[in-house]
Amino acid sequence: MANTNQFYNIPAEKFRFAKERDLQHDSKLSTKPVSYFQGAFRRFCKNKGAAVAAVIILCLVLFSIFAPLFTPFTPAYYDMVYSYVTPKLDIFADNNIRFWDGGREKTGNYLDFIKDYALGQETGRDVIVGGEYTETVDAEGKSIYHYRYDTYYGVGFGKYKIISQEEYDDIQRYQNETGRQVLYPVVKSTDRPTQEKNKYDANIYYVMENPKASVIRPKLDEEGNVIPNYWTYEAGSTSGLIPEYNSLRIEGENGVEKDGKQYFYAYGRKVDGGIEVRAEYYEYYTYTHTQVLKDGIEEPLFMFGTTQTGKDVFACLAYGARFSFIFAIIVNVINCVMGIIVGSIIGYYGGRIDLVTCRIMEILGAVPSMIVITLLKYHMGSSSHVVVLLISFIVTGWISMAWSTRTQFYRFKNQEYVLAARTLGARDRRIMFKHIFPNGIGTLVTGMALAIPSMIYSETSLSYLGIINLEAGKITSVGTLIAAGQQSVVANAAYVAVFPCLFLILLMLSFNLFGNGLRDAFNPSLRGTED
Amino acid sequence: MYMFKYVMKRLGLMLFTFFIIFTMCFVLIKLLPIPTNALPGQDPEIVMRTLEGRGWITNIQEGKNGVWTYDRVPILVQYVDYFKRIITRGDFGIATTYGEYLNMNIWDVFKSHLPPTILINIYSTLIGVPIGLGLGILAALKKNKLPDQLINIFIILLISVPSIVRALILQYGLCFKLGWFPLTMSISNDYFSWEVFRSMIPAVFALCLGSIAGYARYTRAELSEVLTGEFMLLARTKGLTKRQSIFRHALRNSMVVIFPSILSEFISVLSGSLIIEKIFAINGVGGLYLNSITFQDYDFFMMLSGFYTLVSLVAGIVTDISYGFIDPRIRMGAK
Repeated sequence: MANTNQFYNIPAEKFRFAKERDLQHDSKLSTKPVSYFQGAFRRFCKNKGAAVAAVIILCLVLFSIFAPLFTPFTPAYYDMVYSYVTPKLDIFADNNIRFWDGGREKTGNYLDFIKDYALGQETGRDVIVGGEYTETVDAEGKSIYHYRYDTYYGVGFGKYKIISQEEYDDIQRYQNETGRQVLYPVVKSTDRPTQEKNKYDANIYYVMENPKASVIRPKLDEEGNVIPNYWTYEAGSTSGLIPEYNSLRIEGENGVEKDGKQYFYAYGRKVDGGIEVRAEYYEYYTYTHTQVLKDGIEEPLFMFGTTQTGKDVFACLAYGARFSFIFAIIVNVINCVMGIIVGSIIGYYGGRIDLVTCRIMEILGAVPSMIVITLLKYHMGSSSHVVVLLISFIVTGWISMAWSTRTQFYRFKNQEYVLAARTLGARDRRIMFKHIFPNGIGTLVTGMALAIPSMIYSETSLSYLGIINLEAGKITSVGTLIAAGQQSVVANAAYVAVFPCLFLILLMLSFNLFGNGLRDAFNPSLRGTED
Repeated sequence: MYMFKYVMKRLGLMLFTFFIIFTMCFVLIKLLPIPTNALPGQDPEIVMRTLEGRGWITNIQEGKNGVWTYDRVPILVQYVDYFKRIITRGDFGIATTYGEYLNMNIWDVFKSHLPPTILINIYSTLIGVPIGLGLGILAALKKNKLPDQLINIFIILLISVPSIVRALILQYGLCFKLGWFPLTMSISNDYFSWEVFRSMIPAVFALCLGSIAGYARYTRAELSEVLTGEFMLLARTKGLTKRQSIFRHALRNSMVVIFPSILSEFISVLSGSLIIEKIFAINGVGGLYLNSITFQDYDFFMMLSGFYTLVSLVAGIVTDISYGFIDPRIRMGAK
């Protein structure tokens, strides 16, 4: 009957105090807890494509922040003389690498060639890069020349330029200080070509076979060189038409000996309103920007080339990108705030307010964006197109955000933990933003990330189509540049389109990959699958 | 019966949406200043009388220095009048400021611009859909193998290159560098001649690349999901060959989702792409729309806006409804 296992009376001395080591504890977690966002970040970094895309996006953003700060050019700058100048980087040009050096391959007949050749002869510039050319004879026996043509130096003198006496003196001062020759001897007006279209062409400095011809053909000496046709005057004698000149003279001119008398070249001609000069545009440009305008431009050097109107592609792209990013972020933030507020209210409360707002959103969402923009543009006639674009993107943009927020709220609002929170007396606002909203953040962030490129793209295409014209002051759009690029295709200057197109491709590609990566990263069910 | 009720309900809702948008647009347009300035060479009185005839203004009087005064017709009266004209005479108004088509009937101008837009979009759909479906099916069947990876890269590239850039590259490469096609579309009215067709090819190509990528991606995702279904295993177990099971079971089921979007694509051939039309200078509805916006030709803008809204609404509703017709499992509007 007596069971030894049953202790009814345990003697007090059998008890002893429990010691520390006797207690059974759960072993402590050896790993660190991973929060939702830490996990998401970890999963995101594992996705190589998305990580690379994030780096590219960062580069594009850095470009749009810093490029406008470092380039002296702005979208408002233009110089019609340097139109369709090809991209040039000093590294390539200085090392004679025939790529990105401001040159372009040119195939021309004898007259094209001799004009460029003569220009190079006079100025000592590499108008024909490296002085190399190939000559072939076509079926009709005419010579065809093929050479690399420097678009910067090839502009030469442009047209005869009329400047004021002060500027004439100032250029002489500049020449004496720097040793850079801006002014070259002029041709006497009676020695110039007679036809209207050639009359003001300052590149013709040589003796012509027929000054009356519409196409000027230079006369050559026995060695095959062009003969300069400068205006000379006798040393010591002063002419009322020739202004004083005490500065650099072109090479080899130490006065011209003729019939025992010494002659000098004339570097200008007094006309009504000033002095007519032949200024080499490259040097004249440098002089104007460093001495007169002082706008930080040191010499003509367009990294990405120029458009038909002589705008700097690099500056337009940089400022356009900056505008695009700033604009997309501002619109996105406003849309998100509006969308989240509206979406959470209708999603949480449901009922009649939900029904009515949904119908309104359906109707607003069905209005083609073109109609919204056009109507706004008509009604806000005088105000800036930036404002028009901003408002029109906001009017319809918040809807998609509101839809997805509403869906998230519908998903979570009837879950037990929400009920528990409500039972404990939490207010609506607390339940909405502390308990439900954080669950939907992943989807919403992905939506935001994908909205940025689509916004930039629609802004770009609207300015491409010419519906919106954002060009004002320091603002421009990549779309405007692409429109300029499309025209340049026909002018064989496709580089104008290349850079903005590359920017758009990189932007879309990286944002797509980035968005996909975000979507996967914010999906907790994928946790641990890749380990 | 469910179906019929549902379709009716959707149609009603669509028409309601359309009228609200159209009315808003109409009112906002009518609130704008009336373009009473005569173009060079136009008699101001004729301009005034035309506007009066259109029912925009009334009580015209010539004041001093050629300044004309007039009263605006109330918007509601204009609105009723506008619909009355459309319903009784099919009259959408005349171009008032669009220089090229001045005083021409809008509907006629619109009709003459439809063929290029429709043709280009139909060609592109006819080419794009089969190729897109084929690539998608191939990718899904060879999932995670070389063909799939190649197609995936192709899709990502095509989707990421925006249509402006895509079209520019094609124009530069095919038309300018290689010289195979003219740079822009031929303006001839003989739409089925070889010359016009040839000039359309780059635009068709630019358009269909986008839909190829879209369909390939869509089909791949749908089909590879269906392929993992248990009924596919059953089909194989009961003795069907792989080919039979794929064509009879997997493809049909994946088409449930894809077919509606093909249908809606055939409806949206009417609207086309503004960007492609601009790049290739296609003499279509898109160009008309852009020009009517620049010229501020209100009647033109009203008509074309209504057209675009209607096309997009109808395309949406057709997609929704066709789900129910294609897949008997889906019973629309059932409670």
